[in-house]
Amino acid sequence: MNPVATTFHTPHQAAHRHSTTESPFVRRLLIGVALVFLSVFLLVPLVCVFAQAFAKGIGFYFHTLGDPNALSAIKLTLLAAGISVPLNCVFGVCAAWAIAKFDFRGKNILLTLIDLPFSVSPVISGLIYVLVFGAQGWLGLYLNADNPKFPWLANWLNEHNFKIIFAVPGIVLATIFVTFPFVARELIPLMQAQGRSEEEAARVLGASGWQTFWRVTLPNIKWGLLYGVILCNARAMGEFGAVSVVSGKIRGQTNTIPLHIEALYDDYNFAGAFAVASLLAMLALVTLGLKTWVEYQHARQNTAEEKISL
Amino acid sequence: MKTFLNILLATSLALSGGAKEIKLLNVSYDPTRELYSEYNAAFAKYWQAKTSDTVTVSQSHGGSGKQAQAVVNGLEADVVTLALAYDIDAISQQARLLPADWQQRLPNNSTPYTSTIVFLVRKGNPKQIKDWDDVVKKGVSVVVANPKTSGGARWAYLAAWAYALETNNHDEAKAKEFITKLYKNVPVLDSGARGSTVTFAQRDIGDVLLAWENEAHLALKEFGADKFEIVTPSLSILAEPPVSVVDKNAKRHGTTEVAKAYLNYLYSDEGQEIAAKNFYRPRNETLTGKYAGNFSQLKLVTVDQEFGGWAKAQKTHFADGGIFDQIFQP
Repeated sequence: MNPVATTFHTPHQAAHRHSTTESPFVRRLLIGVALVFLSVFLLVPLVCVFAQAFAKGIGFYFHTLGDPNALSAIKLTLLAAGISVPLNCVFGVCAAWAIAKFDFRGKNILLTLIDLPFSVSPVISGLIYVLVFGAQGWLGLYLNADNPKFPWLANWLNEHNFKIIFAVPGIVLATIFVTFPFVARELIPLMQAQGRSEEEAARVLGASGWQTFWRVTLPNIKWGLLYGVILCNARAMGEFGAVSVVSGKIRGQTNTIPLHIEALYDDYNFAGAFAVASLLAMLALVTLGLKTWVEYQHARQNTAEEKISL
Repeated sequence: MKTFLNILLATSLALSGGAKEIKLLNVSYDPTRELYSEYNAAFAKYWQAKTSDTVTVSQSHGGSGKQAQAVVNGLEADVVTLALAYDIDAISQQARLLPADWQQRLPNNSTPYTSTIVFLVRKGNPKQIKDWDDVVKKGVSVVVANPKTSGGARWAYLAAWAYALETNNHDEAKAKEFITKLYKNVPVLDSGARGSTVTFAQRDIGDVLLAWENEAHLALKEFGADKFEIVTPSLSILAEPPVSVVDKNAKRHGTTEVAKAYLNYLYSDEGQEIAAKNFYRPRNETLTGKYAGNFSQLKLVTVDQEFGGWAKAQKTHFADGGIFDQIFQP
């Protein structure tokens, strides 16, 4: 049996489960408290976002979303997520594979490093990039130096107006940084729980490393991977703090969706701000839907496997 | 090969004097959003009629000090239009992107419009706030931005300090006591002036907002004159938000000429009228009469008279370890 199955409720497990002794009253009370809490803190704000978004009518809603600055923000957010999610996906699989399947010195250091973006405030991670790549940082001092080392490199970068901070590359970098751990963190426990026996069997039967990965490891982790990608994407599109430090907030150029929402809100355009915010809210709902679907698929697959093994 | 020929063709066309498309970046402070969105359109029209080039001006807004730091760190502004001279001095000193005497290059200390600090209170003025003394009373909640990052907040601080000096025979210790009481009444410090206005007007926090005059009028216009009132204190400061071309950036972008014209046009009749309509006090005196209703008469002191210039004021009051750091404990 696949050990991961224990984290999901499969139907025949549920059958053993009416052994709680609490009275129906206590059960209803607990469910009631949970529901009230959820509706006050999640449902009401969600409804509020959409109510405010359409406060000035549906025409205004689409006018706001069709504005060139809004379209540019949407494009930039899609670009940043489109680059950072695949990169972090590849990195996450590599890191999880290395950590779960091999023993090496410094494994704990690697694990700690992966967790770094979770423990550092996003604003600090943005500032790090400003300090390194800003005009007063290493890169800027190098480009403006009178006698730089490798003058051909400095000239080439200057001629091509090479920019990181306050331009698209900085926004992509900051997004990669903050979404770094999502895929790896999702896969490491899963791969550790699965152990190495299946891979070892594949190797004994003569599979190459690459074949082992594609035919044994990847099918085993595909649902966990998808789950990590969904979370990673949601964070990439919603990131505010780190991106706001490196963006420069040039309207129509370096504003992402969250930054554009802030700009509209500060322009006293509250309905407009909520209209754009509703895009992110819809993204959240889609994320939630996908996540549920992935969990359902995963559970179904496990049930099927269990039936076979029984 | 074909693309190469296309590029060659395009460059030769551009060199032979077809209409160009020019991009400018104006890095500005917080409350100028409405002013420059109107002015940029007017300037683009003027410039197209004059040279047949299209010019698109992009905007970036935020707390004045924060914006200056962004330019220092590499935000490639062609022009800066900030809340106070010290922030442009900082760009000149720290990044050497423009000469130290930048402020002499345009009329009126490179300040095409001025403003001052007034009070915005809730309708009916329930706490009876009439002058600075009422702002520091116990139980009055004051909304103002952080002087470390916001230009408007620094002007507000200096206005309060100047009032305290005037009413206490220029006793610095009394002024410090006054300003301490004032900031004890502040529940939140936003990073920019616009953030404070939203805190006061939209989030309903505080009894009085220390605001740019233009920002206070705009709040009445946006949220309705039935919600707020403007109170003019007996004394305030003449706030001079200056403008400058960022020479090195403009030179690199090849936009020096248009950047200069962009700032010069602020002094034209049309530029001055747009400023006045957006509640900035115009330099052009013929307009002062026309828009007199927007600007109440009060005693205004300048930072040069009262504080010996911005460099000195910044060092004494807002630098690390300065008076603001001594009196404000969050």
